[in-house]
Amino acid sequence: MTPTEIPEHTGSKVTRVLGGLTVASLALFFAMALVISPPDVSQQDAVRLFYLHVPSAIIAFYFSFGLVAVGSVMYLWKRSTFWDLTAGAAAEIGTIFCAFTLITGMLWGRPTWGIYWTWDPRLTSTTVSFVLFCGYLAVRRLDMDPAVRSQRAAVLGLVAFANTFLVRYSVEIWRGLHQGTTLDPIDTQMTGTMLGAFFSGLLALSLLFAWLLVHRFRVAWLEHELESVGLDAAIAERRAEGALLLDGDSPTIRNVIGEGA
Amino acid sequence: MLSDAWLVARKDLMVELRSRVLMTQLLPFGVIVLILFGFGISPEYQVRAERVDVDRSVLAQVAPGLFWLAVLFSALLAFGRAFAVEAADGNLDALRLTALDPAGIFLGKGLAVAVQLVVLELVLGAGAFVLYGPGLVDPLLLGVTVVATTLALAAAGTLYAALASGLRVRDTLVPLLALPALSPVLLGASLATEAALFGPGSDGWPWAGLLGAFALLYVGAGILSFALVVEEL
Repeated sequence: MTPTEIPEHTGSKVTRVLGGLTVASLALFFAMALVISPPDVSQQDAVRLFYLHVPSAIIAFYFSFGLVAVGSVMYLWKRSTFWDLTAGAAAEIGTIFCAFTLITGMLWGRPTWGIYWTWDPRLTSTTVSFVLFCGYLAVRRLDMDPAVRSQRAAVLGLVAFANTFLVRYSVEIWRGLHQGTTLDPIDTQMTGTMLGAFFSGLLALSLLFAWLLVHRFRVAWLEHELESVGLDAAIAERRAEGALLLDGDSPTIRNVIGEGA
Repeated sequence: MLSDAWLVARKDLMVELRSRVLMTQLLPFGVIVLILFGFGISPEYQVRAERVDVDRSVLAQVAPGLFWLAVLFSALLAFGRAFAVEAADGNLDALRLTALDPAGIFLGKGLAVAVQLVVLELVLGAGAFVLYGPGLVDPLLLGVTVVATTLALAAAGTLYAALASGLRVRDTLVPLLALPALSPVLLGASLATEAALFGPGSDGWPWAGLLGAFALLYVGAGILSFALVVEEL
């Protein structure tokens, strides 16, 4: 790709359609979750947060972190920039959704459990996973040879994904040991419009995830292109400068060369 | 692979014997952490252990967690050092040029870290018994827990230190990568040790199993991936 071909934005016909669908499904979701569905018998209006909270968790862990693992394996196998950037984009979006899961969960916990934080297995393990993937993102941001960075990120992405399960499992038996039952957010039987609100949330956030992923991937791709194009351009520029200085009457360069010779 | 591992481990331990970083820096650091925990949690406080119906000092009750935290903090320094000793004078290139099996390098580095951790655990363990005064019910469980935790810490720590090696930010990166990943180890080790010290031992064996599984996972991950990591060091 030459610099003139670099587009001004990352939108395309497909992403605009996807974006339109995302906005429409978000509107439907807000209508379902905030207006149409009734308040819960025991949780009252707090249950509405749950329509946002659970889909966020599903997107973070199954879609995003799952895609990080797939992208990492594929990168180690195929060595393609595509898979490396896909894993990176998915990790960023996943970390955001993970943070969002934590925030909505804590906001939900305050009216329901009376506290923002409790050593609930899900809450605890989600927080640890969040930090694990922050570490992964930190490695992706390191200033080093891109090929080495991609390779280490891929190994780390796989290990972090596997570790997520270990953390989850260990925290679950830890809390299971100390407190009779786990506080389970899905203690209500959902029917009718409540189920509809939940699934519209899952749909809306899935579309949002796809839309963000495409755009983030394209930005990452452009950054990647810019790195190589930028390097070539810089080399060409230095060469032109050197040629100019040698041709012209530049005393500094002449002196340096003269002294050397 | 195993003979390569032995060579690397022997080299690292010899470097350690000559530089005495463990003796002169890691051990004092761990001991001061143990003492500082005592300042943070007053030894005067009592807690009622309901299952056995006795009063115990809070410090004795939380001794397992404090001990493993002190080991973990000291271990972070040991992880970083495992590859810091290779950073100077292009040693990493030299190590690669020896054509040693990468899996062997991983195992050797891990073994050297594990030996240092055992020394650290013996000293800090003695310190924790003296300073915090817990009991001991199940010595076998304690032994198995210490071995499994040491292997888990050494394997995971070596892998993360390798991933961060050769970077200017490695000193801050290793804790960020290793601490959340090692959280199940801290949890399992603390609870298994708690069961070994206060009983009943049966509470601790599942955790010792989890520690063993964690150690196996990271030894396996290290053996499989180290060629990828070391190739670009």
